Amino acid sequence: MRRASSSTSRTSWECPLTTSPEAVELPARTGGSRRAGGLVLGLSTAYLTLIVLIPIAAVVAASFEGGLAAFWDEVTAPAAVAALKLTFVASLLVVLVNGVTGTLIAWVLVRDDFRGKSVVNAVIDLPFALPTIVAGLTLLAVYGPQSPLRVNVAYSRAAIVVALLFVTLPFVVRAVQPVLLELDREMEEAAASLGSRPVTTFRRIILPNLMPAILSGAALSFGKAVGEFGSIVLISGNIPFDTEVASVYIFKGIEGDDRAAAAAVSVVLLVLSFAVLAIADVLERRSRRHDA
Amino acid sequence: MTRTHIRIAQLCAFAALVLVPALVAAGCGGDDDASGAPGEGGTLSLVAYSTPREAYEEIIPAFQETDGGQGYDFDQSYASSGEQSRAVEAGLAADVVAFSLEPDITRLIDAGLVDADWNQNEYNGMVTDSVVVFAVRPGNPKGIQTWDDLLQEGVEVITPNPFTSGGAQWNIMAAYGAQIEQGKSDEEAIDYLRDLFLNHVPVQDKSARESLQTFAGGKGDVLLAYENEAIFAQQAGQELDYVVPEETILIENPVAVVNTSEHPETAQAFVDYLYTPEAQTVFAEKGYRPVVPEVLSQFDYPEPPGRFTIADLGGWPDVRTRFFDREESVFLDIENELGVPTDD
Repeated sequence: MRRASSSTSRTSWECPLTTSPEAVELPARTGGSRRAGGLVLGLSTAYLTLIVLIPIAAVVAASFEGGLAAFWDEVTAPAAVAALKLTFVASLLVVLVNGVTGTLIAWVLVRDDFRGKSVVNAVIDLPFALPTIVAGLTLLAVYGPQSPLRVNVAYSRAAIVVALLFVTLPFVVRAVQPVLLELDREMEEAAASLGSRPVTTFRRIILPNLMPAILSGAALSFGKAVGEFGSIVLISGNIPFDTEVASVYIFKGIEGDDRAAAAAVSVVLLVLSFAVLAIADVLERRSRRHDA
Repeated sequence: MTRTHIRIAQLCAFAALVLVPALVAAGCGGDDDASGAPGEGGTLSLVAYSTPREAYEEIIPAFQETDGGQGYDFDQSYASSGEQSRAVEAGLAADVVAFSLEPDITRLIDAGLVDADWNQNEYNGMVTDSVVVFAVRPGNPKGIQTWDDLLQEGVEVITPNPFTSGGAQWNIMAAYGAQIEQGKSDEEAIDYLRDLFLNHVPVQDKSARESLQTFAGGKGDVLLAYENEAIFAQQAGQELDYVVPEETILIENPVAVVNTSEHPETAQAFVDYLYTPEAQTVFAEKGYRPVVPEVLSQFDYPEPPGRFTIADLGGWPDVRTRFFDREESVFLDIENELGVPTDD
């Protein structure tokens, strides 16, 4: 690693820094835009490297500090397996629910007209703005032992799902909404005029068009859900093998000075999220191709 | 051609992104050194666990009135004890650290940030005491008086998880030590912990504050709490009573000067000030037991007959290894049993 960084810095000495402003100043159509394009690509690559790749590489490196066997031991510790399973199943459930409810909400927001629609539209993003720990506290107050609604799900697995539904709500809605707005309604009208029933129109015309957006929103929800900590930790009860999610298990590793365990389980979460994002990407492409 | 261009652009961008923050950081650093703080002496940074916040907010202005503290500003940071200790270990600037339990100081000794002889004063480096108590619902409807009462059918006990909350380790050791104090064997005492955690603890929050929150929110019959937290909660208007059990552990909270401090004399003067009758009285008013006997005697704290200390149980290093190691320990075994279906 050290070798790699030193070679980078040597090359940077050779590179004339003046080329970059020049590239911006000269909007000449020929080489200029290509150079600017290169600069943008370079900037974004560098940015991604600093903000995402290096930290993630550090986590992966930390998890393998003790070797592959140690990594495997950490990941297969009974409580770790239980926490990962719970996290995976809860996140999957949340994604499925989000896929349906998110699409519905987007539908209502785009196709229906009602009073206060703009308010509802604005409210959708609030779960993003609220610090997750506040979300946890609020959910506890509303759906906890002193629930004014007489609904008490606190300190159970159901509470985990509720918290995750709350913090992941915007993903599918915001992914589907613009696609639905752009969707050509003539297609639906044509289908209807050819005698297609509304259900068939939805299944054959609308859903295939929305599928890529639903999938990408769902995949993002999943990524957020597997790593979620703040909103869950207050309301789940954190009982190992019952209501302890992976992020809480990781927190325990950090607090207990067992960083190897924390890093190892984190890597599993990363791999899970990455796998789901990749699968969603493949499905998305496939449904696009089907569309075309 | 284009390839190489992109390459060069990438590298330049990378270099710029690495260099600029470094230069900015260096610039800021220089600035800081030159200007100093508004207070003519400088700024002392106190990094502490959350509970004594209200006490320090009264003690610090009083210290600033003294000769030793005049002209100094204070930065105060409060979070959970373990988090604070790790932050200082990782480089958070601190002049004085105040933690919930000694192992958080030990971590800084290992990191070379606190001198090994930090506890060479009359009070072994401890600045406040407390005891583990049972916080109960107003009027104590379930009649909780003893440790055995916690194991009664249907009694729910709230305590943080000892792996996430170092402070909760006081609770566990109080429960364990109380059994030993009652004349039970080591094995029986561990059985007690097992029964307690497997059958009576429905929520394991990550910190003591959150457990208090959980209890205040209506969950549980008993909260294993520190006496000072219970008193503080009462002062804050929360409806709870508390019972000091016959056998319980003496909680001892350490304070230390960080040896990288730029103002070591003032930092030491501040720590010394914490032992003055004035400061000890403030701690006492916030629910802590003063460590200075003359101040303690002015307050009416019940003295449980079976009071023991962590030293009686072998001291923190041994207790941590035996009970709270994440690889292999008594409490890890108990947690893992939660994953095993049982018949009873």
